[in-house]
Amino acid sequence: MEYTILILALPFLSFILLGLLGTKLRPGVAGGIGTIVTAAVALLSWWTAFSYFGAGRDGSGVFQTLIPWNTVWLPFGGGLHIDLGIMLDPISVMMLIVISTVSLMVHIYSFGYMKGERGFQRYYSFLSLFTMSMLGLVVATNIFQMYIFWELVGVSSYLLIGFYYTKKEAVAASKKAFIVTRFADLGFLIGILIYGFYTGSFSFTPDAPAIGAAKALLPLALGLMFIGGAGKSAMFPLHIWLPDAMEGPTPVSALIHAATMVVAGVYLVARMFPLFIDYAPGVLHVTAYVGAFTALYAAVVACVQSDIKRVLAFSTISQIGFMIVALGVCTSADPHEGGLGYMASMFHLFTHAMFKALLFLGAGCIIHAVHSNEMSAMGGLRKYMPLTHITFLVACLSIAGIWPLSGFFSKDEILAACFRFSPAMGVLMTFIAGLTAFYMFRLYYSIFWGKENKALHQEHRPHEAPLSMTIPLIFLAAVTLVAGWIPFGHFVSSDGMAYDIHIDWTVASVSLGVAAAGILLATWMYLREDRTVADGLAARFSGLHRAAYHRFYIDEVYQFITHRIIFACISAPVAWFDRHVVDGFMNMLAAVTEKVSWGIRKMQSGYVQRYAIWFLGGALGLVIVLLLAI
Amino acid sequence: MNILSLFPAIPLLMMLGLWISKNLKQIHAVMVTGASALLALSVALVVLYLGMRADGQIAAMLFTGGFTWYAPLNIRYDVGVDGISVAMLLLSSVIVFTGTFASWKMTDGAKEFFMWFCLLSIGVFGFFISLDLFTMFMFYEVALIPMYLLIGVWGTGRKEYSAMKLTLMLMGGSALILIGILGIYFGSGATTMNIIEIASLHNIPLPLQKVWFPIVFIGFGVLGALFPFHTWSPDGHASAPTAVSMLHAGVLMKLGGYGCFRVAMFLLPDAAQELSWIFIILTAVSVVYGAFSACVQTDLKYINAYSSVSHCGLVLFAILMMNTTATTGAVLQMLSHGLMTALFFALIGMIYGRTHTRDIRELSGLMRIMPFLSVCYVIAGLANLGLPGLSGFVAEMTIFNGAFMENDTFHRVVTVIACTSIVITAVYILRLIGKILYGTCTNPEHLKLTDATWDERLAVIVLIVCIAGLGLAPMWISGMISDSVVPMISHILN
Repeated sequence: MEYTILILALPFLSFILLGLLGTKLRPGVAGGIGTIVTAAVALLSWWTAFSYFGAGRDGSGVFQTLIPWNTVWLPFGGGLHIDLGIMLDPISVMMLIVISTVSLMVHIYSFGYMKGERGFQRYYSFLSLFTMSMLGLVVATNIFQMYIFWELVGVSSYLLIGFYYTKKEAVAASKKAFIVTRFADLGFLIGILIYGFYTGSFSFTPDAPAIGAAKALLPLALGLMFIGGAGKSAMFPLHIWLPDAMEGPTPVSALIHAATMVVAGVYLVARMFPLFIDYAPGVLHVTAYVGAFTALYAAVVACVQSDIKRVLAFSTISQIGFMIVALGVCTSADPHEGGLGYMASMFHLFTHAMFKALLFLGAGCIIHAVHSNEMSAMGGLRKYMPLTHITFLVACLSIAGIWPLSGFFSKDEILAACFRFSPAMGVLMTFIAGLTAFYMFRLYYSIFWGKENKALHQEHRPHEAPLSMTIPLIFLAAVTLVAGWIPFGHFVSSDGMAYDIHIDWTVASVSLGVAAAGILLATWMYLREDRTVADGLAARFSGLHRAAYHRFYIDEVYQFITHRIIFACISAPVAWFDRHVVDGFMNMLAAVTEKVSWGIRKMQSGYVQRYAIWFLGGALGLVIVLLLAI
Repeated sequence: MNILSLFPAIPLLMMLGLWISKNLKQIHAVMVTGASALLALSVALVVLYLGMRADGQIAAMLFTGGFTWYAPLNIRYDVGVDGISVAMLLLSSVIVFTGTFASWKMTDGAKEFFMWFCLLSIGVFGFFISLDLFTMFMFYEVALIPMYLLIGVWGTGRKEYSAMKLTLMLMGGSALILIGILGIYFGSGATTMNIIEIASLHNIPLPLQKVWFPIVFIGFGVLGALFPFHTWSPDGHASAPTAVSMLHAGVLMKLGGYGCFRVAMFLLPDAAQELSWIFIILTAVSVVYGAFSACVQTDLKYINAYSSVSHCGLVLFAILMMNTTATTGAVLQMLSHGLMTALFFALIGMIYGRTHTRDIRELSGLMRIMPFLSVCYVIAGLANLGLPGLSGFVAEMTIFNGAFMENDTFHRVVTVIACTSIVITAVYILRLIGKILYGTCTNPEHLKLTDATWDERLAVIVLIVCIAGLGLAPMWISGMISDSVVPMISHILN
């Protein structure tokens, strides 16, 4: 399977080419190159998946892990070295499909969405860079390669969030995204250093003796790595960058901040899962609590946001929380014994990538039509944009967990895994699933039903998006419709063995009931033009509403820490200290030298009498000293 | 003649050529010819060197040669290179080459400027090829003196003050070095001042080593921006003309790190082991302190100067870890920092030449006005904050991994402290990029400015290609360096 190198090489070349030629290319040509390359990558990925899974299982009943490419990139000495290569195993192959497919859809979609934008070529070149980095991340053969591409996706995200670099908010958001994730990556890096030092390699699967030596510190290393993952995957309290990241172009939000990059943290935990489960189950369960809290927090905040992309952003945070929870509640590597969550998490990652990308691309069409992100500019759009409406509805039903859409199946597995872990966790996650249904349908009704902003729509009549934008919607909606029927457990499971997904109908009926309740509640509150109930509730609980709207002031806390503490209490004093104390000391030395020189200058006065006095005095002094010495 | 002697000889010829040049065109012709010859020579040296190593030559130094030039004290002109010095020579010639193009628009006293510039490069090249302590010191001085004039005459702002401060502080450092090398020479009982000979004798008593080690380390450390002896750097850089800043931060500061390793650590190994902790603390402070200071600066050159304090602190920090990996990382960091910071200073010079300000509060939205320079600035910034694929990442990761190999609490703590610099660096770099490049331009005067000219493009592109080359394919250069570091480290540890 040597051809898999092309999956990384093609987008890299496309990035270099588009980046170097820049505006010398016509926008259409640049977009065409980017899209054709991505299409080739998608075909190759699908072919890889086909032949990988088609090759069947080996004697022990698992899909073999293949490493078609591996080369030592940077030797460190002491047996440590960074390798770059390609590793194919069930989850990396699954991720190849997700990334290349969504990326291709976004490439096509961007033709319509970014049409006429300044920097079209730059946009496609960054998309290629991102695609290459993300693919490199998932096929990493070792943890350090993962870190390398981890940083690269971070920078692509930075560049794309800040695509509209003349817009102040976009610049601030890109900076924030990079710095917050960099801060988390510090944990990741130190975790890797510990891991590498004690196990003697950066491999995902160190030898048994090496692990034995590292046993005591593995939980620490894995915990620190999870901090990196929490940063990328926007887990509380490192989530603050993701809502702001919505300043980027909407297709970018769909690709990076919904479907692929933000699940890197989930992927990291899944990648280290064998080590987590054997050596650090405690840490793994901590991740479950972090994920559950994040899911709850983000779901509550999503209920009151007014910017549709922010609702989707918080929904993404919440859904990633679900995936982390699913991994965290695993208690063994056997899917029949408590390892169900692993499969559920990967399954949800897959389905979520498709329907969340669909939601974002749909939101892009809507924003394109009304030129605003605010719900107040929308309402009643179903008659103007029928296709967007239908596909958006499909995605909403899927994320709410309605049978037979894909979200139902994956979420059901997650809930089943949670109930196996502890009833409390199961109940909590089911409740959050209900909240999800509620806020998604609040969003849906506010956009397509409810009160229409007639004044605005008369002035500028909303219209259905062009074909380049609707084709990806239709494709993703089709995937969302059928993906639930994929026998996912046959491809991915915690121990690699085939596993049949059984729908646990007690769990399923409860979750369906809760989802239906959420939808009904949202229908009651938001379907009609007047929203007496919703407005009444908002007024009744105005404090809570305002706090949730302001995301419980977490951003303000960060603002305080960075500006009031780091800048004002560390950096500024350090700089002052440097200029006035350290440098002041050097200047003082110079000044003192000068003073002393001026002082002793007078000794060379040129008067013979003075010299004679000095001479006599000196001689006398010397004589006295000599006499005393004797 | 020894091939290495060409390195100081070419700039000498360039000075002669400049002396007889009659107009700017001839000056440029001389400079370009000489700088290209140096670049070609250093590339050839790398190839020859790697070829000889591949042929199985295992001597510590290759291309050795020399003669006595002051018999009464046995002072010899001894030259020879190992992987570390080859890397440094390559770096120096790249910086000289690009520095020439970055000062293409220099018209006032161009002849004298370039002559001093060449004298400076004689010192730099001579330093890296020397094996004799005294000759090395002499070249070191040769590199320092032109600095005073280059800043004092062609500088900007408070140039006399800065030039004086820089020269005095570095002279103070060199006084310490002189005392130190005399101490080493007389303490070792060697017949010559040859580094290899002194090292192989290895008989300086420990109490004496403990006296000379701090003296020599601080002496070179002043040039390597060791906290708290770094304060010449912000003022000096801020006042220096572009090419001088490039050469100074890019190469001259590396003399400090190189000297610390080659002289202080290598010749005084026992004291180095005993006293390293003091300097490890100082350098760890440098790393974080420089980065924090950079966060609140408003002058582009100050930001870069403090960033250099941080990055050069990392060089000394890594050297003091005394293991192969960290030291290889230190040399890589010298290369990487040299290229990055030269690129930064070149770009700052180009921006300053257009806008006549370096105050970040007065600059904004440059991306629209000068896209080429701005994109290059972003690349330099990304290299600085350690983006994989560019040189900074390779160097920093090697250092951190090497530092982490020292398995005790003290080293662990300082390593984690040093690691935090990757976050702080990101803060000041992104703040800077966001302020000056992004946004909309508020100063109508700036809207008329033009993008880079061909000479500027050439300088910048060469540097970026080197940065990306080192970042994408680090294995060959890292291998070349570590092959030479291994015997030195084992000498230090035994």
